[in-house]
Amino acid sequence: MRQPKLATLVLEDGTTFEGKSFGYEAPAAGEVVFNTAMTGYPESLTDPSYEGQILVTTYPILGNYGVPPCGTKDKVSEYYESDHIHAKAIVAQDYSWEHSHWQADRSLSEWLIQEKIPGIYDVDTRALTKHLREKGSMLGKIVIEGGEDIDFYDPNLENLVAKTSCKEPEVHGEGEKTVVLVDCGTKHNIIRCLTKRGVKVIRVPWNYDFTQIPYDGLFISNGPGNPDLAEETVQLIRKAMKTGKPICGICMGNQLLAKAAGAKTFKLKYGHRSHNQPVRLVGTETCFVTSQNHGFAVDSDTLPEDWEPMFINMNDGTNEGIRHKTLPFFSAQFHPEASSGPKDTEFIFDKFISMLK
Amino acid sequence: MIDKNIKKVLLLGSGALKIGEAGEFDYSGSQALKAMKEEGITTVLINPNIATVQTSDGFADKIYFLPVTPYFVEKVIEKERPDGILLAFGGQTALNCGVALYESGVLEKYNLKVLGTPVRAIMDTEDRELFVKKLDEIDVKTIKSEAVSTVEDALKAAEKLGYPVIVRAAYALGGLGSGFCDTPEELVALTEKALSFSPQVLVEKSLKGWKEVEYEVVRDCYDNCITVCNMENFDPLGIHTGESIVVAPSQTLTNEDYHYLRSLAIKIIRHIGIVGECNVQYAFDPKSMDYRVIEVNARLSRSSALASKATGYPLAFVAAKLGLGYGLFDLSNSVTKSTSAFFEPALDYIVVKIPRWDLGKFHGVRREIGSSMKSVGEVMAIGRTFEEAIQKGLRMIGQGMHGFVGNHELKINDVDHDLAEPTDNRIFVIAKAMSQGYTVEQIHALTKIDRWFLYKLKNIIDTADALRQYTDIRSLTPELLRLAKQQGFSDFQIAREVKKEKFHSYTDSAAVRSFRLDMGIRPVVKQIDTLAAEYPAMTNYLYLTYNGTQNDVEYLHDHRSIVVLGSGAYRIGSSVEFDWCSVNALLTVKQQGWRSVMINYNPETVSTDYDMCDRLYFDELTYERVMDILELEQPHGTILSVGGQIPNNLATRLDEAGVNILGTTAQSIDNAEDRHKFSAMLDRLGIDQPRWRELTDMKDIHKFIEEVGFPVLVRPSYVLSGAAMNVCSNDEELERFLKLAANVSKEHPVVVTEFIRHSKEVEMDAVAKNGEIIVYAISEHIEFAGVHSGDATICFPPQKLYVETVRRIKKISSQIAKALNITGPFNIQFLAKNNEIKVIECNLRASRSFPFVSKVLKINFIDIATKVMLGLDVEKPAKNVFDFDYVGIKASQFSFSRLQGADPVLGVDMSSTGEVGCIGNDTNEAILKSMLSVGHRIPKRSVLLSTGSAKQKTEMLDAAHRLHEKGFLIYATGGTHRFLAENNIPSIEVYWPSDPDRHPQALEMLHNKEIDMVVNIPKNLTSTELSNGYRIRRAAIDLNVPLITNARLASAFIGAFTSLPVEEIEIKAWDEYQ
Repeated sequence: MRQPKLATLVLEDGTTFEGKSFGYEAPAAGEVVFNTAMTGYPESLTDPSYEGQILVTTYPILGNYGVPPCGTKDKVSEYYESDHIHAKAIVAQDYSWEHSHWQADRSLSEWLIQEKIPGIYDVDTRALTKHLREKGSMLGKIVIEGGEDIDFYDPNLENLVAKTSCKEPEVHGEGEKTVVLVDCGTKHNIIRCLTKRGVKVIRVPWNYDFTQIPYDGLFISNGPGNPDLAEETVQLIRKAMKTGKPICGICMGNQLLAKAAGAKTFKLKYGHRSHNQPVRLVGTETCFVTSQNHGFAVDSDTLPEDWEPMFINMNDGTNEGIRHKTLPFFSAQFHPEASSGPKDTEFIFDKFISMLK
Repeated sequence: MIDKNIKKVLLLGSGALKIGEAGEFDYSGSQALKAMKEEGITTVLINPNIATVQTSDGFADKIYFLPVTPYFVEKVIEKERPDGILLAFGGQTALNCGVALYESGVLEKYNLKVLGTPVRAIMDTEDRELFVKKLDEIDVKTIKSEAVSTVEDALKAAEKLGYPVIVRAAYALGGLGSGFCDTPEELVALTEKALSFSPQVLVEKSLKGWKEVEYEVVRDCYDNCITVCNMENFDPLGIHTGESIVVAPSQTLTNEDYHYLRSLAIKIIRHIGIVGECNVQYAFDPKSMDYRVIEVNARLSRSSALASKATGYPLAFVAAKLGLGYGLFDLSNSVTKSTSAFFEPALDYIVVKIPRWDLGKFHGVRREIGSSMKSVGEVMAIGRTFEEAIQKGLRMIGQGMHGFVGNHELKINDVDHDLAEPTDNRIFVIAKAMSQGYTVEQIHALTKIDRWFLYKLKNIIDTADALRQYTDIRSLTPELLRLAKQQGFSDFQIAREVKKEKFHSYTDSAAVRSFRLDMGIRPVVKQIDTLAAEYPAMTNYLYLTYNGTQNDVEYLHDHRSIVVLGSGAYRIGSSVEFDWCSVNALLTVKQQGWRSVMINYNPETVSTDYDMCDRLYFDELTYERVMDILELEQPHGTILSVGGQIPNNLATRLDEAGVNILGTTAQSIDNAEDRHKFSAMLDRLGIDQPRWRELTDMKDIHKFIEEVGFPVLVRPSYVLSGAAMNVCSNDEELERFLKLAANVSKEHPVVVTEFIRHSKEVEMDAVAKNGEIIVYAISEHIEFAGVHSGDATICFPPQKLYVETVRRIKKISSQIAKALNITGPFNIQFLAKNNEIKVIECNLRASRSFPFVSKVLKINFIDIATKVMLGLDVEKPAKNVFDFDYVGIKASQFSFSRLQGADPVLGVDMSSTGEVGCIGNDTNEAILKSMLSVGHRIPKRSVLLSTGSAKQKTEMLDAAHRLHEKGFLIYATGGTHRFLAENNIPSIEVYWPSDPDRHPQALEMLHNKEIDMVVNIPKNLTSTELSNGYRIRRAAIDLNVPLITNARLASAFIGAFTSLPVEEIEIKAWDEYQ
């Protein structure tokens, strides 16, 4: 019989959940968030938007199909959303010690050990999720039996965008048109979605003054944490808006574009993290199932005159995208690049590409 | 886009339950009716299945118990003039009927709008060629075969398709010349051989071992699409999805796999133009992302019913609304009420569906499972680990299994063979193999089942091994005990592993239970809320799990709830009728101001629809789980008498545990169920019964038979193979049956009962209160005793019983009700011959015929029974309500065509899978409607008679006369031909298969479609395998020629269609019979 070590998830309000350890046996602290997706743990763990967070998967069985090999293709990760795990830890009800998939080259536990990330299972993740839903996302830590204790850690106090952004400009793909991608902690699939449409992508750090380089369109990536901490990017976007060249943003990109336009953002009680968020294209009968992962949202009421909401969430009515009434500026709060999640909104990239002159 | 002109719609039901088309369509039809009702639309329903919930008061406005065939549907359209028609809610029956009405122009003639998916789109999915063409248009891959006539072309085709390929010889029966080829060399060899006896060879890509995955997709008329659920088959391609264990959501697909297939599914349904719901089935390569679309069902299906139950998303309800022109965004999530119906459920549990087979009920049927469906029902188990869910499910199928392990030793001669060629036992063969040391790799190689599932099963084996290290229950570690419970072990299984040969079922299971409770190891209750707890949901849809620490619901413990135990998996002998009973009990409980609580686990039912009760526990009906729930729920009382035999069997143990069983006491139930006690009671009351003995050796058996004479009914207590009981007419049959089929010993006694020939069988369905009958219905079987009451054709009110017989039956029933102090529903079966009445059996619960008699009589027996059990006063219906001017006939539906090799003959063991009940102005009309409803057709020209023994031949004489008078051509086998000639009825002699050189040959004529109906009456009641009669009966079934094997039923049917032309059948709704 397998004898895993006991591990405990301690929340900042004192609530504890007992479980068993898998992955790396060391304590970890961060903001505890839940995601209701039923697939996609390799993508989620490597998604920079999870930087500093302890990921709770509500789907109870984790690790079924192992982990695909790590490797790069065209200078981006082949199967992951970045080159390493960004989440601090992962929490599940049941862990599959044995996995099965033709693409897998190791188990989730082995990967977590390589990346020094702890996992905990045999936790009542439904009870935990309900707790987070009622009390809001909160800090937490995982402590392994017989191991050291650590302090809570609040990632939202840090500039996570700066932390996850690339440090130097990089060029991906080639094409007649050039897109500047502001890397606020971009998922690699955004790069793949752009380059496969035949454009050259210049990926720049979050605070890089891209306005001096020639480009045809600006893309602002997703990213972790509080948008208020990326004021430098907001300033740069404002500068870019003056040129009238197309701008598109995703997730953090939506929030930063909104801030550049003059709107405000706020923290949601427990955020949207799932593959099944319904959004509606404002003023139409067209709806999309979207993949989402965000804790902050744009306050639609604070949008200036010449801007309007483009998408709204059909469950809670929050903003899911904005657009300028006359200029080619628009953005989505959800993830059209999916990975993980449904691919129904990838047309956003087509729309952006078609705007490039 | 909402069509306001739709004021009245017609919904087509699916008719009798049959293999491949069962209770799921009662559920989807009921949901559609609810959706229409909510819109204020008048509904008209055609469905002869009288035992369904949808054909009950309050669901449809007009109900026609008529065959779902183009003829009758057109007649109803003509009469009712609806504005719209719903075709997607009655399975293949309704869909086919709808397509036929479209093609014949009926829909256009009556300006009838098809709501939902247009008929053109339906046809694109139903016609294989159109389907492939349609999907080719959008470059979606389907399973194709290439016809070639040279080896060279075969090689080219294989190159294009990719190896491995399967080669089939065209025009060759029985798979002659077919095979798999992994290499060009193998292909050359096989094709050469195949081409030697067939001019053409089909080359097809072999998808052996591919995964089978399904998506349930919904689309509205605004082109918004969602996939509500995906499901993955445990068994790889090659085993029909209805025969496969299925899990939801998929377990072995990565995010990329999942969304690749999801996107394709949406692309497909947009291109086909579905409005409403459909499912897309894929074959998916386990070694790449290659796929093929197997099929698309443009209607609600078994899978969609399962998906609804698995997710809590009411697919049929939503599909019906979309058919009216709603957008998904207009509708709200019916679980959360606050969020949109445009979303995809997130599950935080796993469901496992397991099929239920009843192959043991049939003579001669093949046990292998494969590409055609044989299962008669299914269960759905919910858990938070795969191990937990599958072990629950294996108990739920109700075939004496306790889970994956801890079962009676299975006798398997060749484990390798049985792994590679799966039977209905396949999962237990895997258990056997694992316990013999087979590795996951070895089993995977033989079964192609994905390793993930096998690893999980192996975990269960490992835990069982760990438990076996102990000998004392109280020395188990809490960790191990908890792990076992988390993996779905029952207390029984744990006790058996620990105690081994010293195991005592009740006391040791109880010891585990009490030790477990001492350790604080108890299950928690979780909700199914569609959003994995992301939003608050007021859902009452619950299950229990050991994988969790907190309950989702709060218990009031105010003793204001009533728990109703449901009927479990549909099986031969227990199906939709008990669902009707359960639902009606719930409705009455609620109406009387109590909270209604349901426990059941059958995804094909209405009783497991979470809006039918205040709380639904989708969980096991085992003693252990029922006690878990009762301890949490602390109800006022529990109803066991409306869910068939499963809840009834729990009576004694629940009573011993102090459960308040509403209605008849457990003691009385035991007095009726225990053969000895019941018999003694009848003796005391001076009530006659057929003579019987429980015997333990052959000598005593022979002695008893000398006393009562042959034939006798023989019921072994332990059956090795084949049917559980049999009628034996002579020594030879007796010896053969007892030697081959059963053990006779002190531990395994045999019950031998005298068999009274040519006796009528009469049923009493009734409700009593404190031993006094409140309401009753007496009905008679058309067939003589010897045909199981579940297979018999039943007439109510009885048309041919002596008044004296009825009087005596009433009197005896009153005596029994009094003696057992019955409070609640009960059923007694009688034999009646020359006014002599004998009691065969008595069940202190609702019976199969409760919905039938309730609906014909228009008095809801379950409503009355429930009130009685709640202790309420109920008025006895006035005497005159029994006097009415119409007749109800309940006829049985058989599924022999699905059961390759089975002898389609009726006997003392039940073999029908469903039933219909039709009402007519007289017996003939009712017989005709009901026989047409179960698939019989009125012969156009010719009938083949072979009418058994002399007595049966005489019984059929009148009918033969009538056939002749009405100008039918009679073909007859030797003896029958001579008998008819003696009686001046002309017939043409045809020859038995055993006389192959003489012509005309019966089999040949059947093949040539020269015979429109076969009446073949076996001479005796035992089956003689591969006899002449068998071959003719089987050929009739395989060639879809109507077959009747009972003389009295054949006479009744022939009498009906020769005296009443179909055109004269009156089209009357249920409420028009007064």
